[in-house]
Amino acid sequence: MIQQINTSKTGRITLLNRKGTAAALKSLLKYKYLYIMLIPGIAYFIIFHYLPMYGIVIAFKDYKFMKGVMESPWVGFRFFKQAFASPYFSLILVNTFLISLYKLVWGFPAPIILALMLNEVRTFYFKRTIQTLSYLPHFISWIVIGGILVDLLSPQTGIINNIIKALGGEPVYFMASTKWFRTVLVVSDIWKEVGWGSIIYLAAISGIDPQLYEASQIDGAGRLKQTWHITIMGIKSTIAILLILRLGSILNAGFGQIFILYNQNVFEVADIIDTWVYRTGIQDFQYSLATAVGLFKSFIGLILVVLSNQITKKMGEGGIW
Amino acid sequence: MVKAAGIKRHTISEILFQYENYLVLSMLGIFTVFPFVYLLAVSFTPANELINVGKYILYFPRKLDFLAYNLIFQTDAIPQAYKVSVFITVVGTFLSMLVTAFTAYPLSRKRLPGKSIILFFITFTMLFNGGMIPTFLLVRNIGLIDTVWALIIPMLVNAFNTIIMKNYFMTIPDSMEESAKMDGANDFLILFAIIIPLSAPMLATITLFYAVSYWNDFFGAILYINNMRLYPLQVILRQILNSASSDMIFNVEAHKAATLSMRGASVIVTVLPIMLVYPFLQKYFTQGILLGSVKE
Repeated sequence: MIQQINTSKTGRITLLNRKGTAAALKSLLKYKYLYIMLIPGIAYFIIFHYLPMYGIVIAFKDYKFMKGVMESPWVGFRFFKQAFASPYFSLILVNTFLISLYKLVWGFPAPIILALMLNEVRTFYFKRTIQTLSYLPHFISWIVIGGILVDLLSPQTGIINNIIKALGGEPVYFMASTKWFRTVLVVSDIWKEVGWGSIIYLAAISGIDPQLYEASQIDGAGRLKQTWHITIMGIKSTIAILLILRLGSILNAGFGQIFILYNQNVFEVADIIDTWVYRTGIQDFQYSLATAVGLFKSFIGLILVVLSNQITKKMGEGGIW
Repeated sequence: MVKAAGIKRHTISEILFQYENYLVLSMLGIFTVFPFVYLLAVSFTPANELINVGKYILYFPRKLDFLAYNLIFQTDAIPQAYKVSVFITVVGTFLSMLVTAFTAYPLSRKRLPGKSIILFFITFTMLFNGGMIPTFLLVRNIGLIDTVWALIIPMLVNAFNTIIMKNYFMTIPDSMEESAKMDGANDFLILFAIIIPLSAPMLATITLFYAVSYWNDFFGAILYINNMRLYPLQVILRQILNSASSDMIFNVEAHKAATLSMRGASVIVTVLPIMLVYPFLQKYFTQGILLGSVKE
């Protein structure tokens, strides 16, 4: 009569209900208040997360608003082929990868380094102040940061350019420069997230046994050796997991940021998959084409995340699930 | 507790290192705060002194000129946007917390049949979704376009927050629930009278996360709202910052005055609420991240 939950070796969960509907109804009644509680949340997820998944079929149809999803003609992979054949597609793909990669190479170590540095601070109030200040940009929207950047980087009145001019150089229009825009993206992203990102590493560092340092010093280890062999090795699981997860979402190059900061001058270096999908679908009403490309990205993204989760598990660090 | 890594050594290299460390960290602190201080100064700079802004790293006007602030409040674009943003944030956060708790609590009860499946379906939404276009079409077909609810309901429940809440609820001993049940309490009563008071720190953190995401959200409005009166503060700010002339928002006279100060004033006005509450909430952030890193 009791429902059994079997976890087989593959981790799948099967429900063995020996008495069928009668038992099911009985549990429903027993836990009725809990199930009632679940209704709004489940309804939300079904409507706003699973129904749109059904809308993905638009990618395989020539969606005409007037006809609706059901009546629009089926075209199979036509829009996928159309997208892949376009040279612009490889542009947005390359941009997505490169921007993600730059952000990874520069932005992933930054919070770790910050955590290491904060960890060396002996004065409580200084450490706490710097921490509090460093989290602040995380809570500010990209629109505000965009406004700040435009003013600070302005060719006429911006501080950065004034410094450049004072040093004898020519002012640079950073926000419109194909040479500098990606740098602006990476640097502002680091500025925004380095503090927040350091929290988890600081938490991990606090779990390291202080006696290890004493022991290593007796063995003659200097600061650098200590930092590497004790601190970094001590948090390597945290680093590994976060790195793998980061790699799993490599197709997300930062839509919110790029959408706010970009402009036509820098499309060729900053247009990513998501920004292209937005313009093509929402502004140009090419719903099917945009959905096709969006689906491609979501699908690859899913594979990457599942893969990275498997990798972290194989490494013995345990995955997200 | 502040644990110091490494051992205190009074060697020259140690002192030098500490110096370096403090210096770099201080610079980080300055770089973090600097843009806001800069914009604050600019917003109070009278038009004729704006030339100086470019000359020095940080220029503070001799006397604070409130002209920029007066100008940006001449039309009710900003106050109206404030109202919208406050409504969305307050109502949205409240509803989100309610529904998230309603979802997290049952899933935290070990014996609930079907809990694992439901959990899986919720977690799955973090990995894969319909994408921007299908979601947009759905919201449009439901009829939420140009309503303030389009800015709340589509982001009502965050799967990650739900899992954090669920994990935390799971740490509350079953005995509390059992003894309450013996006294005849139903699950709703247990949730509100026992579980929630016991989860105050976690709930405060999640409330913060939701509030910030509602306050900062702009893309929802860009997608779903065409009526300017329903634009939240972030979107109005974006319009102000994007237009070379802000004629659409402010009246034409205003444009002739210091545009740079007005831009600064607009930004300050938008971040002010966050700046004000931020110092008081900072202790919750650390908790929040730690809660998030607890795995099942």
